[in-house]
Amino acid sequence: MAVLDFAMNNSLPMQAVPPDWPGGYWWHWLFFTVVLIVFILTMVLGVIYIERRLLGRMQSRLGPNRTGPFGLLQAVADAVKVLLKENIVPSAADRVVHWLAPVVAFAPVLILMAVVPFQDGALLADLNIGVLYVVAISSVTTVGVFMAGWGSSNKYSLLGAMRTVAAVVSYEIPLVLSIIGVVLLAGSLSLNSIVLAQDIPFILLQPLGFFLFFTAGCAEINRSPFDLMEADSELVAGFHTEYSGMKFAMFYLVEYAEAIAMAAIITTLFLGGWRGPLLPPWLWFILKVVIVFFVMVWTRTTLPRVRIDQLMALAWKFLFPLALINLFVTAIQVLAWPDALPWIMVVINFAIMGVLVLAWSRFFKLGWGRVKV
Amino acid sequence: MLKFERFGLGIAKGLAVTFRYLLRHPTVTQYPEQRLNVSRRIRGAELVWSREKCTGCATCAKACPQGAIEIVTATNLVNNKYEVQTYRVDTGYCIQCGLCVEACPYDAVFMGYSFERAKYRRGDVIQANDELLESASRPVSGYYHPDIAEKLPEQTLLIEKIVEKRK
Amino acid sequence: MTFSTEPFVLNFGPLHPSTHGVFRIKATLDGEVVLDIEPVFGYLHRGIEKLMEERTYTGGIPLTDRLDYVNSMTNNFAYCLAVEKLGGIKVPERAEYIRVIIAELQRIGNHCLAVGAMLNDAGALGTPFFYLWRQREKIYDLLEMLCGQRLMNNYVRIGGVSQDIPAEFLPAVMKFVPQLRSFLDEYDFFLMQNEILLARAKGVGILPPEVAINCGISGPVARASGIKRDLRRDDPYSIYQRFEFEIPTCEEGDCYARYRVRIAEMLQSLHIIVQAAQSMPPGATKADVPHLIRPPAGEAYGHIEGPKGELGFYVVSDNSIAPYRCHVRATSFINLSALRQMVRGWKVADLIIIFGSIDITMGEVDR
Repeated sequence: MAVLDFAMNNSLPMQAVPPDWPGGYWWHWLFFTVVLIVFILTMVLGVIYIERRLLGRMQSRLGPNRTGPFGLLQAVADAVKVLLKENIVPSAADRVVHWLAPVVAFAPVLILMAVVPFQDGALLADLNIGVLYVVAISSVTTVGVFMAGWGSSNKYSLLGAMRTVAAVVSYEIPLVLSIIGVVLLAGSLSLNSIVLAQDIPFILLQPLGFFLFFTAGCAEINRSPFDLMEADSELVAGFHTEYSGMKFAMFYLVEYAEAIAMAAIITTLFLGGWRGPLLPPWLWFILKVVIVFFVMVWTRTTLPRVRIDQLMALAWKFLFPLALINLFVTAIQVLAWPDALPWIMVVINFAIMGVLVLAWSRFFKLGWGRVKV
Repeated sequence: MLKFERFGLGIAKGLAVTFRYLLRHPTVTQYPEQRLNVSRRIRGAELVWSREKCTGCATCAKACPQGAIEIVTATNLVNNKYEVQTYRVDTGYCIQCGLCVEACPYDAVFMGYSFERAKYRRGDVIQANDELLESASRPVSGYYHPDIAEKLPEQTLLIEKIVEKRK
Repeated sequence: MTFSTEPFVLNFGPLHPSTHGVFRIKATLDGEVVLDIEPVFGYLHRGIEKLMEERTYTGGIPLTDRLDYVNSMTNNFAYCLAVEKLGGIKVPERAEYIRVIIAELQRIGNHCLAVGAMLNDAGALGTPFFYLWRQREKIYDLLEMLCGQRLMNNYVRIGGVSQDIPAEFLPAVMKFVPQLRSFLDEYDFFLMQNEILLARAKGVGILPPEVAINCGISGPVARASGIKRDLRRDDPYSIYQRFEFEIPTCEEGDCYARYRVRIAEMLQSLHIIVQAAQSMPPGATKADVPHLIRPPAGEAYGHIEGPKGELGFYVVSDNSIAPYRCHVRATSFINLSALRQMVRGWKVADLIIIFGSIDITMGEVDR
């Protein structure tokens, strides 16, 4: 709120200036491109290891602990195995589409990380429409997934791809609406300014928004309990049934890289990004990303899968009205009491969230029954 | 038409239980380094034969549902004795049911004690005569012989190791 | 331009991550809705009924192990009941008590696997499955203590059981009972009110009682539809008249009801085990029956309330050392006949969970 006042009084352009690099902008771009690619690939390896060990411990067994000390090299072993496999393309498949699908699915994830701040001003491109960019780019992955399902000429894959498209398109709307609540509080679409505006992390001021964003985000990236796109026990492997070798590795990578990207966006928007007392800011950032990922693994271990029509009903009948109400309430709070003490707002917002979730669950009806055949 | 019964409380309970399991000790035995004691009556993957007690009556061969035991008895003309010439067991065909051990009236056949008996060649699975005798590397299990069972080490039980407690 | 859809055939082939064993379903789908299914099985046929004619009566017991491989000793038990009826053989008291304890332990083990597999199909990544499997491992340890093998136990003989129980068996069973009780408490806390499970399983795959009776369904599937039929009460075999236990039933007949009935049956089995262990008399464990018995000519049908339902053996003898004919009334095979009516009109995800809730073992279906 303070930033909003300052900006409106001094008419300051709401974006940071790239640091003074010798050689100017191009070196900045090169440095951050390398940093981002290394960050994503290393974090994917780390995150695969964390997930498998955590999943194991929660299921009362150990995860992989044989390859390398404490099983740290398991992801590397998987990568090497996958590289050595034969690249099989079904004969009836559409070759160009089949080949292009993993690329189209993976590229947006890397591009998405360009606007996420690691430190004050340390990001590849401080766009002043950062949030709009994030929302737009994160939808392109779906095109890649659908290309995979279509190009495989397999009924299982097509079924999986159709489910994915339906689900992702439905969950975009609550996702976007819950971000707008944060934008209203911070007063700017640029992710760096949103982090700078968080004297109190926005998870306290926008609990309902956090809950909606987390649920919609898990549905976007096909994680349990919404992982029916690649439901192991129903459709063998969904849209990536017909992929083997490095292309399969790309899809596997996309799943974890999207999880990291979504966790990074959640940290930036709701948990205060890189802000924190003692440690260096980029370490705080990584720590918060890992904590958000831990919560994702925790829900994955516990909850069974949701059926496709129940998924759609959840998006349209439960999350969407709650997102609209959340937006409305936040707008009223920002307009009517811009100077109010934040802690009062925290209590009020938690109370509103409790009442809304309980009341909505009471009246919510989920999915169809049996169809007359 | 279905309704949420408990407003998300069920999901929260599930998450609590999973988190509690995270803090408990996992039930895992790292196999080649740590081994559990098998049962005293285990029907292991081989047969142990005693040449002194066997009379060649072939009750075991009759009892075997698979027909895996082959016995040939003949007269030894050198020292004028009637003895068992060949006692051959096809361990690959054996289903370790233990009916032969139960059938033998002279306690001459026993089940083996260990289960790590994989062979490299298919021919090694058929064992005959002296290969079947008891030795230090081929211990005998207590199946159907309680006196042998008492001397073997006690079985490790999962009930002893981990106990679930609520709160 | 009018909008029309066309149904297509999707083959859930014999090798599939969720069919319990090798079972093939040819499903006609309209989008996500299942219009019709055609089950194809027979991939696990081994000719057990023919092989039993070539083995002696006692030599056929290891073969019966391999029918319903999830709970081997109940098959042994039913077969031995049939042959004892043929031969008029009386089983000693101690052996009867041991058989009851074993049958109830197998029931608990089977329900652990059935519930775990159904939840695995529902999509919980194996977590409930692992928790239940640990209890089944404890049961495996107990069975290994008895007869030396965990799975294909060959322990029940014609006229009793093969050897006496070791001294540490009953204390171990008594130690297991409270552990399982507190585990089932925690498991109910974990899953009974889980909204996603309720949404997936409540009201799904309802089996009306008339259809169940017409198809001959028995076991927890029938009891969850409201049919109060249990062979331990209606046609008592062995010594079940002496024990007090309840028969849990539900009225709805959906997947959730079958899950609740199985969990309740596990608790009742614990009750029976405690009663049997406390009153076990000393004595012989096997009647004085020769190894190669030759029952008089005739026929007999011996049936028990197995964990999946009514398991029966029809044995015909012609006074030789091998049965003339042995037919298995396999529970899973009969229970499978209602699958088509239960599934039509539901979606693909429901097909999988309904199939998991009937609890099929292909070893019995194909024999």
